[in-house]
Amino acid sequence: MKVIYLLVPLACLVAAIIAGFWGAKIGNSATHRITITGVGLSFVLSVVVLFDVLDGHSFNGSIYTWGTSGGVSFEVGFLIDHLSAVMMAVVTFVSLMVHIYTIGYMRDDPGYTRFFCYIALFTFAMLMLVMANNFLQLFFGWEAVGLVSYLLIGFWFKRESAVAANLKAFLVNRVGDLGFILGIAAVMYLFGTLDYSAVFSAASEKQNAVVTGVLGYEWSWITLICLLLFVGAMGKSAQVPLHVWLPDSMEGPTPISALIHAATMVTAGIFLVARMSPLFELSTTASSVILVIGGLTALSMALVGLVQNDIKRVVAYSTLSQLGYMTVALGASAYSVAIFHLATHAFFKALLFLAAGSVIIALHHEQDMRRMGGLRRYMPITYITSVIGSLALAGIPPFSGFFSKDAIIEAVHHSNIPGAGLAYAAVLMGVVVTAFYSFRLIFMVFHGEPRMDKQARSHLKESPWVVTVPLVLLAIPSLLSGGFLVESVLGGHFLGDAVAQGPSAGEGDHLTAVGLMTHGFLAAPLWLALGGVFLAWIFYVRVPSLPGNVSQRLSLIYRILHRKYGFDQFYQWLFASGGVRLGEWLWKRADIALIDGFAVNGTANMVGWFSRVLKRLQTGYVYHYAFVMIIGVVVFLSWGLWS
Amino acid sequence: MITLSHYLVLGAILFALSVVGIFLNRKNLVIILMAIELLLLAVNMNFIAFSYYLDDLAGQVFVFFILTVAAAEAAIGLAILIVLFRNRRSINVQDLDQLSG
Amino acid sequence: MTNQDILVVLPEIVIALMACFILVLDLYLPATKKKKFGYGLSLVTLMVGAGLSIVYSEPAPVYGLNGLVLMDSLSAILKVGICISTGFVLVYSRGYADARGLWKGEFFALALFGVVGMMVMTASNHLLSLYVGLELLALCLYTMVALRIDSTAASEAAMKYFVLGALASGILLYGMSLLYGLTGTLYINELSASIVRHDGSTLPRTMALILVLVGLLFKIGAVPFHMWVPDVYEGSPTSSTVYLATAPKLAGFAIILRLLADGLGSLATEWQGMLLVVSIISLALGNIIAIAQSNIKRMLAYSAIAHVGFFLLGILTGEVSGYASAMAYILIYAVVTLGAFGVILALSSKGVEADLIEDYSGLNQSHPWAAFIMLLLMFSLAGIPPTIGFYAKLSVLQAVVNAGMTWVAVVAVVLSVIGAFYYLRIVKVMYFDDLATSHPGLQFRPKQDARILLTINGLAVVVLMPWIGKLTTLCEGAIEVLF
Repeated sequence: MKVIYLLVPLACLVAAIIAGFWGAKIGNSATHRITITGVGLSFVLSVVVLFDVLDGHSFNGSIYTWGTSGGVSFEVGFLIDHLSAVMMAVVTFVSLMVHIYTIGYMRDDPGYTRFFCYIALFTFAMLMLVMANNFLQLFFGWEAVGLVSYLLIGFWFKRESAVAANLKAFLVNRVGDLGFILGIAAVMYLFGTLDYSAVFSAASEKQNAVVTGVLGYEWSWITLICLLLFVGAMGKSAQVPLHVWLPDSMEGPTPISALIHAATMVTAGIFLVARMSPLFELSTTASSVILVIGGLTALSMALVGLVQNDIKRVVAYSTLSQLGYMTVALGASAYSVAIFHLATHAFFKALLFLAAGSVIIALHHEQDMRRMGGLRRYMPITYITSVIGSLALAGIPPFSGFFSKDAIIEAVHHSNIPGAGLAYAAVLMGVVVTAFYSFRLIFMVFHGEPRMDKQARSHLKESPWVVTVPLVLLAIPSLLSGGFLVESVLGGHFLGDAVAQGPSAGEGDHLTAVGLMTHGFLAAPLWLALGGVFLAWIFYVRVPSLPGNVSQRLSLIYRILHRKYGFDQFYQWLFASGGVRLGEWLWKRADIALIDGFAVNGTANMVGWFSRVLKRLQTGYVYHYAFVMIIGVVVFLSWGLWS
Repeated sequence: MITLSHYLVLGAILFALSVVGIFLNRKNLVIILMAIELLLLAVNMNFIAFSYYLDDLAGQVFVFFILTVAAAEAAIGLAILIVLFRNRRSINVQDLDQLSG
Repeated sequence: MTNQDILVVLPEIVIALMACFILVLDLYLPATKKKKFGYGLSLVTLMVGAGLSIVYSEPAPVYGLNGLVLMDSLSAILKVGICISTGFVLVYSRGYADARGLWKGEFFALALFGVVGMMVMTASNHLLSLYVGLELLALCLYTMVALRIDSTAASEAAMKYFVLGALASGILLYGMSLLYGLTGTLYINELSASIVRHDGSTLPRTMALILVLVGLLFKIGAVPFHMWVPDVYEGSPTSSTVYLATAPKLAGFAIILRLLADGLGSLATEWQGMLLVVSIISLALGNIIAIAQSNIKRMLAYSAIAHVGFFLLGILTGEVSGYASAMAYILIYAVVTLGAFGVILALSSKGVEADLIEDYSGLNQSHPWAAFIMLLLMFSLAGIPPTIGFYAKLSVLQAVVNAGMTWVAVVAVVLSVIGAFYYLRIVKVMYFDDLATSHPGLQFRPKQDARILLTINGLAVVVLMPWIGKLTTLCEGAIEVLF
């Protein structure tokens, strides 16, 4: 098995290297064949690994020791259990779909081979991240997926907006990564090791270790570590207030939005917390923070999604909101439920993005929903798959999203740590909003009168098979995976003992998919979701004049939502221009005068002067050389004899 | 009665003389070569004295090796001296100042 | 003589015999074949020497020739390193030496005899074998420096090297004679025990220690016994400079470890303080004076002094991890220095020495690949990540910090930062200055074998990074068996 574990990431890496170095030489079709073969191989092997793990095998061991320093060894190692096996399968499956889809989407792009190189490289990095058995490798994967993400956001680097989005993603993620690396350092300090299993087994005995830190408060080490790691997760998984980069990342090509900024990379934060669940279980404070942040993200980002007109941005805000749901589940200690939602979300959100991409190509890179409409006649496959995706997103049974979202709401409902009430209210309200905006998208794009210009309409046709096949293949798990998996999730054996079991896991009476559905009809979330769909129908199909009226009536709220609560402006004012002004001041006062004038140039001048003086010691006369040696001997002798 | 320390002092004096000969002499390179020979002989004196007083032959064997190496060294030193003279037309120690700094 | 006696020194015997054979062959072969045969045979000999060193290596010390020499993994690793780096030297030097009439039987024979001397040094367990090995190497080096008989600079450098080297040998021998008198033994592995048994005045003991220390420090070129280094590096033909800048450092490490750390280990508290002073002033002086150099060979000489200072930091910790880090440091240093001189050699042509820093202006425009390799090597010498040079510095600093000498590590880092300046100046000159117009531009025309090795050598400083942990493990394993 060890060879298979190793092959899973390496197949992608080799494909990426070939595509990167020789892509231009071997041509476009050879490049995509190679990368798809590599990723396909990883997918098949991941499935093999998944079944092996389901048979009860697991693996935890190092493959290669990179170096040992001060008693800590830095290793490349794999931890293969239910959690990583599920993640591997999801990542490689979505990645494979996106690879195939890209053939159609990027056909005429000059950066075709570069793109394939990046996505194969991304798959490698993501696999390294999820398969890691130690923090160092986790960090490697974490930064590597970040790197590829920046490369891809700025893929069309000639567009100014893409470069700006790229920079923004980079800067915001640095904030998160700072927390993350501090967290790793704290783990290193407290436990003296970076190995997961060693840290987890030592965690409970360190539970009462405290650090007297800022402001004289005593902090529990575990809480500190959890909060720092969660800051990292917030950056990567775009939680409020570090969410601002994700909507802008839609500047990248659509397949990337599907793969990286919806299905896999942004869920790395969720994965991180689930992986660290033995630590997070020990800190109620951290769990409360997670609950509150998650609840805030889930509701507030869904509300922003209501007023977006760019098709990709609607899906992006829904991603943010769904990430909030997963975070809430983590806060409620329902780790396996969070991963469950992560998996179903990966399928239906990748589907929605790819469907949006399909619409975008059909309309020749038109992304504004106000200039769409009535597309269901022209693009039936895209239409049907989008509806499936939206139903899953809205949480209508028997689509996958229903089960995972319902499980989250149930888990929050049963949680009684501080902040649970707030989070519960937020996720319940979020259900309406989610259903509303997802069907707003469906109705605006596919129903009603076509609003695009004549010329565009004449070219409308369904996308080629390389685009539609992934849509169909993704629609299947979007439809089925929820009902298929829900029993094992609620039964508490979905992830085996890979994550800590929260108190609210296990419900008792309605543990089957059918039972859950019948239960669903009696509970609030389903009716809220249906209500949201109905509202959307009224707003955008029945009475199309209503949205305009409502936005005028509630113009204040509309404006707040439209400006996304002013996060961007605030950051712009505080960090960007504030930073520029501070930088300018420091540059003039400190840098030029003090550092350049005195420290740098002063030191350089002084060293240069010393250098020229000392150079003269080397006179060139051999008797001076010998004399220096003898002086050295005499000095040493007298030192040795005196002491 | 001549004791070990007499020999050692003699060795030390020879050693010091040769060291002084190396760095005080600024005229003739041949004198430096001679001083180097003397340096090794001073060490030989030490070895032989110790060997005798320790009643251990190894020291005297060592001396043979030093003598052999000294001969090789003298040969190479003289060869370098000749090359130097051919290039420079001088074996003045003070003229060796092209490389410095 | 038993079988084991032979096996312990088999690589040395083979190389010595082959060196004689090459020398004789040189007399009888027609002029056209001399170069080819000498070159090929030397490379084969070195490969065989390295191979034999691996095949007959023993992890724990095995003594041979009545305890004069020993074989353990330390000597095996260093012997392989010496053979391989000398092989690289020969490949790199070919074009340069050929253009200057140095490419003849003597060059090969001297290089191989020097290798024998170095191998004996690494394997010595007796003051006599150590001395003979040392002198064998030194005599070869003097001659190789003077090999270019029409050059005043070369003969001057050789003379200086010879005089100072002989003085240092004399000092070392005087120290050895005192050790012999004090302990009654010449075996290195018996020194440590018997020197503490000796009671009475500490004067002769301290004197012996200091004189031996001075002799060793001279051989590796540490301040204040470094004065020969810049002149010799600059004056000798580059083909000889690259030889004396790499492999002898490995042998020097071996004798320091054997004689100081092992043989005089019981006096560690006395030599540690002195080494500390030596290494810090080496770092300071080497790095500072290098800044004012205009000749790249001379600059690399001062850089060598600074690197020796750094490597002594690892030794002076007096711990296994420190010795291991010093060993890794010196091995990595040898690899990187080989490459740097390799680039200089490859850029030299008939009548062009490529040894002035200004010659390198705008090298990136005319020969981007050579400039890129030089850039990697300079980064590695400066210790900038992700090169192996960074790792080398890091592991030594770590050993120093672990030994409780944090301030020493801080000083070393500050001085290395100063040192980074002159390496980066080369990079700046190559990449940001305009192509030199006042003098003929450099030609990058190495022979095919040299080009391949140079590429491998240059890329190795980055590509080897993931496997660097193995090197540390290897070094630690080799040193642990000694203590």
